[in-house]
Amino acid sequence: MRKESLEQLNACRSANRPCVLFRDLDTHESFVLEPGLHVDEQHAELHELAMQALRTDRCVRRDVRGQDWFVQPFNAPLRLIIIGAVHTGQHLASCALSCGYDVVVVDPRQAFASEARFPGVTLNTEWPDYALEVLSPDTRTALVTLTHDPKLDDPALQAALRSPAFYIGALGSRRTQAARVKRLREAGLGEAEIARLKAPVGLDIGARSPAEIAVSIMAEITQALRKELSADGAD
Amino acid sequence: MADQDILNTAFEWLAEGRDVALATVVETWGSAPVPGGSQLLVDGQTNFVGSVSGGCVETAVIGEAEEVIRTGQPRMLEYGVTNEMAWEVGLACGGRIKVYVEPIR
Repeated sequence: MRKESLEQLNACRSANRPCVLFRDLDTHESFVLEPGLHVDEQHAELHELAMQALRTDRCVRRDVRGQDWFVQPFNAPLRLIIIGAVHTGQHLASCALSCGYDVVVVDPRQAFASEARFPGVTLNTEWPDYALEVLSPDTRTALVTLTHDPKLDDPALQAALRSPAFYIGALGSRRTQAARVKRLREAGLGEAEIARLKAPVGLDIGARSPAEIAVSIMAEITQALRKELSADGAD
Repeated sequence: MADQDILNTAFEWLAEGRDVALATVVETWGSAPVPGGSQLLVDGQTNFVGSVSGGCVETAVIGEAEEVIRTGQPRMLEYGVTNEMAWEVGLACGGRIKVYVEPIR
């Protein structure tokens, strides 16, 4: 790979722009393609391959007009927004960082949302409805509410359920969830939007401690990302 | 701890004047231990970051990468199952992988 390709890749990635690295495994030619930019007819087929790789978040190896292309996608980073700078949130933040997510913790209670408790994490001490407006969840975003307090959780959930976030989960028992669903309906959310909410949050692995609960939540987020979002990725 | 960013590290190493080769998993079969696109970065002094397997073939790939740096020529490597009793490089998991090793210049 030429150094210029590496620099272009890193520039795209630092600006959170998705891009795709093409390498011809025979001639060792390489170039970086950004979706939507400079697509002439000759490159239409390669552009389609690039979009497929980004959509499924998987590499593709394909012969195109006699060239053996290895197509490697670099999607914008995954992001996890945690509502509630609570103990479970500390473990969830560190699980998510290990899995390569950018982590944002939102909690207006500044005693909770401290840098000492959340190293390596972006802290946001706005109210969740305002914070979510700015953070604007996209298709690479997951959101989990952990406060148990409807004043904090509900506004975040309302915003997230109306966004394209790929995973939305809320901590709380089944009974809490029933009351929550009632409130979300009253707030004007439709059944299809409410059905996207994973609650009680996390896979049922019998988790007890805050760290184990974090593992079960991270497992469910991974399942949503890899088995649901990338379902057409079996190549 | 987040994974060290391999492509940013590659840039830093180049800026320091080090020779750099990048190994990328381009195909996998069976129960391969890492997904396609997994990467291992090597310099000319046996330093490396990242991985292309669960640790099974890294030593061999690093050796090949040193050769790629020396010759400037990319290589395609393939690793598969080995006899469990033999002390040779292979994937104990029973998968197979193809690894493309290229210099960055």
